[in-house]
Amino acid sequence: MAQLTCQNLCVGYDGKSVLQDLNFEVFAGDYLCIVGENGSGKSTLIKTILGLQPPISGRILTGDGLRKNEIGYLPQQTVVQKDFPASVREIVLSGCQGHCGSRPFYSKEEKKLAADAMEKMQITPLAKRCYRTLSGGQQQRVLLSRALCATQKMLLLDEPVSGLDPKVTAEMYALIQKLNYEDGITVVMISHDLSAALQYASHILHIGDRVFFGTKAAYLNEFPQAWQKGGGA
Amino acid sequence: MTAIFEKIAFYWTYPFVRYALIVGVLIALCSSLLGVTLVLKRFSFIGDGLSHVAFGAMAIAAVLGLTDDMPLTLGVTVVCAVLLLRTGQNTKIKGDAAVAMISVGALAIGYLLMNLFSTSSNLSGDVCSTLFGSTSILTLSKSEVWLCAGLSVVVVAVFLLYYNKIFAVTFDEDFAKAAGTKADLYNLLIAVIIAVVIVLAMNLVGSLLISALVIFPALSAMRLFQNFRSVTVCSAVLSVSCAALGILIAILAGTPVGSTIVAVDILAFLICSTIGRARGGGTG
Repeated sequence: MAQLTCQNLCVGYDGKSVLQDLNFEVFAGDYLCIVGENGSGKSTLIKTILGLQPPISGRILTGDGLRKNEIGYLPQQTVVQKDFPASVREIVLSGCQGHCGSRPFYSKEEKKLAADAMEKMQITPLAKRCYRTLSGGQQQRVLLSRALCATQKMLLLDEPVSGLDPKVTAEMYALIQKLNYEDGITVVMISHDLSAALQYASHILHIGDRVFFGTKAAYLNEFPQAWQKGGGA
Repeated sequence: MTAIFEKIAFYWTYPFVRYALIVGVLIALCSSLLGVTLVLKRFSFIGDGLSHVAFGAMAIAAVLGLTDDMPLTLGVTVVCAVLLLRTGQNTKIKGDAAVAMISVGALAIGYLLMNLFSTSSNLSGDVCSTLFGSTSILTLSKSEVWLCAGLSVVVVAVFLLYYNKIFAVTFDEDFAKAAGTKADLYNLLIAVIIAVVIVLAMNLVGSLLISALVIFPALSAMRLFQNFRSVTVCSAVLSVSCAALGILIAILAGTPVGSTIVAVDILAFLICSTIGRARGGGTG
């Protein structure tokens, strides 16, 4: 059974739909890239999948042992976070919030989970540093650790490399790929960068004028020009 | 110097001085705890807006001839707080504009009502004391002190219990929601608490100066510290000491209580920013 299934999904704001009639399935261990132009509704789709806004019509189902609040989310940075006085550890730990329910404080296991996530993202030495003084790449690692605290199964990444320089971008992609390969975490990623999407993804969801969902090979068959266009999309 | 201590010791024998100090310190503590969250959520001005709403509600209570204006004021302020914090998400009128609108609207209506219907002989005096804090901080009764102490304990307890959740919701509301935290519920909680604190604080500094109690300690603490817990603790400590110092100065020098506390807060902020700048850290 698929971890995430969207059936006849229609998403948008204030009753106006941006994307109609989406059908796709994500299985455990998949690496799905969602590509499409600006304004095609990628972020709206993500927010709908996460339950931050209701779908206009259609259904989103989770299965294969995945619960709705077990999706780890890496959002785009907000203005508020740019100058937020918080230590790396505080932020990563807040990823465990979903397990807490109404319990007010974090348990030992949750603190260990946070420590492990930081270790995995190689940011343990930064634990006491202030988030706002970190570089863009370090900040993304912090947010990725936080997402790992929230999930062992599926990560939803909203443009994880935007604003990063090429070297850090490559490191970030390698890190995500490692999580997908070694830990078997399903990855759903919104991306601007078509060449990277084609390099790492197993499946592609293309939204815009033409909607396409399928494996990478099928995508290249359907859009043979995509390879040449490379990063341009 | 000894003369000052003797004078303080002399005033200390009066219960009203003790009451004023207790209430002042408690209010300062509560407002500073929430201040950090409000400043970070870009809601610095909500204190101001809500206090004007409370002013309007008090005017209505006065017009209706209610002897105890607390329930009405508290009720109206809580409702407005909930409405204002709600506007953060995808509404037609954005947060800052909504605060400004409700704030000046309530102020105008309040003054208008007081002007039209007031039976008081000294209207401008009444208005002035509501806006800038009256001497009523020095005329508190024992039951008012208990009420204030009780509400403060509730506010502090709620804050401590929900500290981690408040942090999560403040830092990243979308993530918290996606992870299953009931972010809307905690936003509501923050709104209700801030409304309670503001209604309490009106006695102390008056409705024009409440924002100062909310934002100055938080901003000062942010100059000095780099993590959320230290900022919160520092903000509380600063706020309490500034309030105590301000009240003492006001009593000794005979200055208005509210503005003296705010002046001390401003001084503390300047000192903190200088230290922050000297250390080369701390922005925001």
